[in-house]
Amino acid sequence: MRLHEYQAKDVFADAGVPTPPSALATTVDEVVEHAEDIGYPVAVKAQVHVGGRGKAGGIKLVENAEEAREAAEDILGMDLKGYHVDKVLVEGAVDFKNELYVGVTMDRGEGKPVAMVSTQGGVNIEEVAAENPEAIAREHIDPAFGMHPYQARKAVYDAGVPNAVARDVASVLTTLYDLWENNDASDAEINPLMITEDDEVIAADAVLNVDDDALFRHPDLAEMEDEAAEDDLEAKANEYGFDYVRLDGNVGIIGNGAGLVMTTLDLVDYYGGKPANFLDIGGGAKAERVVNALDMVFSDDNVDAVVFNIFGGITRGDEVAKGINEALGQFDEIPKPVVVRLAGTNAEEGREILNDELVTVEETLEGAVQRTVEYAEDEQ
Amino acid sequence: MSILVDEDTRVVVQGITGGEGKFHTEQMIEYGTNVVAGTSPGKGGQEVAGVPVYDTVEEAVEEEDADASVVFVPPAFAADAIFEALDTDLDLVVAITEGIPTQDMAKVNKRLDEVDTRLQGPNCPGIITPGESKLGILPGNIFSEGNVGLVSRSGTLTYQVVDSLTQRGIGQTTAIGIGGDPIIGTSFIDALEAFENDPETDAVVMCGEIGGEDEEEAAAYIAEHMDTPVAGFIAGRTAPPGKRMGHAGAIVSGSGTGTAESKIDALNEAGVPVGDTPEEVADNVEDLL
Repeated sequence: MRLHEYQAKDVFADAGVPTPPSALATTVDEVVEHAEDIGYPVAVKAQVHVGGRGKAGGIKLVENAEEAREAAEDILGMDLKGYHVDKVLVEGAVDFKNELYVGVTMDRGEGKPVAMVSTQGGVNIEEVAAENPEAIAREHIDPAFGMHPYQARKAVYDAGVPNAVARDVASVLTTLYDLWENNDASDAEINPLMITEDDEVIAADAVLNVDDDALFRHPDLAEMEDEAAEDDLEAKANEYGFDYVRLDGNVGIIGNGAGLVMTTLDLVDYYGGKPANFLDIGGGAKAERVVNALDMVFSDDNVDAVVFNIFGGITRGDEVAKGINEALGQFDEIPKPVVVRLAGTNAEEGREILNDELVTVEETLEGAVQRTVEYAEDEQ
Repeated sequence: MSILVDEDTRVVVQGITGGEGKFHTEQMIEYGTNVVAGTSPGKGGQEVAGVPVYDTVEEAVEEEDADASVVFVPPAFAADAIFEALDTDLDLVVAITEGIPTQDMAKVNKRLDEVDTRLQGPNCPGIITPGESKLGILPGNIFSEGNVGLVSRSGTLTYQVVDSLTQRGIGQTTAIGIGGDPIIGTSFIDALEAFENDPETDAVVMCGEIGGEDEEEAAAYIAEHMDTPVAGFIAGRTAPPGKRMGHAGAIVSGSGTGTAESKIDALNEAGVPVGDTPEEVADNVEDLL
């Protein structure tokens, strides 16, 4: 789960990271009001889960009330890379001489947390990471002990942070690690961490992504969830509790198990079709979940045909088949052709039970995918 | 022969009194697994499926001389259950549980460096030596005895490939699901090494997926250390960057690591044929044998 910048800044500020004065606004008048209170210049920043907000026009620096009003009118209500902007952060602009990057994340290869510092902070940190990785100092942390103060200092010195601010940056990094750990974060980042002319250190942005699997022990963070689903279907998938990703093709895909569903997507592509979605209904195939899954895929206007691929493991194929029949019976009309492939335990019995007036039954995965791709082409 | 488990493996089920734990204990016993004990704090002295229940893993291991455990404990308590198992002298701990917080697993991972016990998973279907023993939730009846080893990050994809093999009369020595999480105990390399050292395993199937760099590291290991031929498969060729495809670990990061292309290239360079479809994987295995 991703926090918005304003939410992450609250968490950072509470933990003791210096942040600029700021206030959240949802209307143009509020923006101007907050800007007057804070004092110009201020930045007006769209609060949406999109990277590269500045380049996309979601952040504007304003010098007076007139500019503040204009920026607020532009940004509030705008569509930023597919996300509707309904709130902005109004924040005192920081006059800086240097932009640093500090971050903490999980290094999955090492199975350990890693703290990172770079003097090349700012909008191009991803390019720096890709082209000049040695410009980012990395310090792996033993999660049983947490980050020792010397490790923060070492990362800061290794990165070449100027002596005048080294202590303060190390202190921010230590705080960042602690809040990463305390909040079960997957990533905690400050980019840029600004150095002012007076050698003050101040967090001009804040990223805090929390491990979804750990939200059960952070009810306060779970409440902040404001993941504007990219579209209605993704919202519906959240409601049904499905792992779902919408894609731009026309072949609907339903299956059980992440690896097998991914494989089904790949096969659709391999046989010349275009996948419309990834939808994993998980273990078993209870009628209700099957109904919900079909409802999801049928309500996607892009979908012209559906492949339903279930590998019955512990759940027997005949039970799965009954679930599918029951599910299809709840639709007055099957709006799009459905190809079902059942495999595994009692698959043969299952195939006999399936109502072939409602669905096309295929024995093999490859056969089912090819048939569905043909149907999808015919429907176009 | 087989790797890690066989008919003599004495198994403890952690979380045996829960719904999943009880159901799969029955399934395992039916398959022939030697389940000797279960654990559930506060339920010591009870019996589940004819198996004695203990309050602690230590007691179960000592009383029943167990070698391995299977963890069905819910995610909030699963890391604790794994730590408990790692503090005994079990050889193998198989964690089935899905959804364990990643920071919990980082701490477990640290502990693994200090003990001799092997962890498999979490978020995995388990391990099976056909005809002898299964630890986990794999459907026993699709497997058959034979000479092909299989290692995979995904459950149902494993079943798909095994089914293709079994239907062609190609049986398996052992099949092992290493799990779909970002931090796992047994890696591809660990499993490949065990298969390489198993005289009965004549070929290995390795099913990977997008995310991380484990497949690339495995490819390097194969090129350098393996004489046993390997056939590969990679799921997620069509996955868009930045989207998590079900498994917590199955994500192509924004910086472009973890792509299917990079994994397929690495495997091909190591001399591993990578099938475009599961049937093609089975074709490749036939060619290698």
